[in-house]
Amino acid sequence: MRYAMVIDTKKCVGCSDCVVACQNENRVPIGYCRDWVIEHAKGTFPNVSIELRSERCNHCENSPCVRCCPTGASHYEDGGLVKVTRHECIGCGACVQSCPYDARYSHPDGFVDKCTFCHHRLQEGKLPSCVSVCPTECMYFGDLDDKESKVYQLLQNRNWKILAPEVGTKPHVYYLI
Amino acid sequence: MDEEIIISGRMNPKIDPILAIWGWEIPLYLFLGGLAAGILFFAALYTILGREKELPTAVRKATFIVPAILVIGLFALFLDLKNKLYFWQLYTTIRLESPMSWGAWVLMLVTPLSIVWCVAYWRDLVPNWKFKVEWLEFIEKQVNKYRKPLAWVMIVSSVILGIYTGILLSAFNARPLWNTSILGPLFLVSGLSTGAAVIMWMSKDHLERTLFSKIDLILIGIEIFFIIHLFMGFLASNAAQIEAAQLFLGGAYTLPFWGGVVVLGLLVPAILEIMELRGKRIPVALPAFLILLGGMVFRFIMVDAGQLSKYLY
Repeated sequence: MRYAMVIDTKKCVGCSDCVVACQNENRVPIGYCRDWVIEHAKGTFPNVSIELRSERCNHCENSPCVRCCPTGASHYEDGGLVKVTRHECIGCGACVQSCPYDARYSHPDGFVDKCTFCHHRLQEGKLPSCVSVCPTECMYFGDLDDKESKVYQLLQNRNWKILAPEVGTKPHVYYLI
Repeated sequence: MDEEIIISGRMNPKIDPILAIWGWEIPLYLFLGGLAAGILFFAALYTILGREKELPTAVRKATFIVPAILVIGLFALFLDLKNKLYFWQLYTTIRLESPMSWGAWVLMLVTPLSIVWCVAYWRDLVPNWKFKVEWLEFIEKQVNKYRKPLAWVMIVSSVILGIYTGILLSAFNARPLWNTSILGPLFLVSGLSTGAAVIMWMSKDHLERTLFSKIDLILIGIEIFFIIHLFMGFLASNAAQIEAAQLFLGGAYTLPFWGGVVVLGLLVPAILEIMELRGKRIPVALPAFLILLGGMVFRFIMVDAGQLSKYLY
């Protein structure tokens, strides 16, 4: 099993519902976030384009954060999820520095926190909260090893990209372009 | 035009607008770690070469400050942790891939080693001293018996400690400014140079001073070569590293780096030392202080600027 998130940048309107849903679901402390929306404007008028991206931890296959962690608190879970075991984290900050996507933050309670793909919801058979609330349904979640899955089909039929492929992290969040 | 606007969510004081989770603690530790490594390296080196009698400051006197330096450095590292009471978890795991883990374990080896080294030379500092506890005398006897093998262990571990202060940073491929393999050797040489400066400063002996003055000159030369190499590497690399190098080539860190580190911390002390070797009277504290200051500023700049550099996507 290989969990992946596929986000359609053509359908996203940048409403930030995913951000609010995540903060609510995961009790993210005020002022912090596990996901965010980027508006990337390119070009000179009249040839301009805008790309909207809901970004979060990429749950990389080759995670620098897991590699850098001195205590093993950052680790892989089934399905390729990258998670932090809170009581093993000493808050040294190595993983925060190692993430090219700046997806991690230092929780005021003394550990490093980030997106978990809502692992607790996956275990109940539900979708991650950001995916479940998206009003334009531009986000998809599923198993890349399952050829029948929507995420697999989308990546077969649409153009897509991953963020900063040159870092070699092999992200599991894909953007349809 | 290529513009990126953050719509929502990223209002993390610890991440945005720059990812600066590391404040003064880490660079201070990197400096102290390198300094301790430098002093221990020379103490071990001249013990192995059998020149303890000629070079009393390098082999004995200077090493007395190492445990204090390491303890301050360790305390700075401890302050950096966000979950301080869990620090011991560093020592319930060994993770070969993690530089942080290497660092924790190397310190666990080097700190006791430096204390033991000092215990064995304690009577030099305070003649006729009687250890109140028997096992300290036992340590003293054993160390004096196995001084050479101990020096070999110390020289290897001090090199690991010195290189590790650079590798801690260079292992992060997410920060283009740090992600260069030259950083390990550069930090090691800089650490050795600060160590030599302290020995030079503490020494009362003309011969020893001249020796370490010469050693320092060579180390400064190597450091300048590495710094040129560092920027050659950046400018011949990808867009992210070219952008990172711009921080030092016209960006916010240009003056602190080229003025504070390269000119005041390397070139000026080098000139002063050459003048002294040629017979001019220069107070030894001046070049030594400049080298130490330059070494410290270098760590602070590298840690700060590295956290500004990022991949572009």
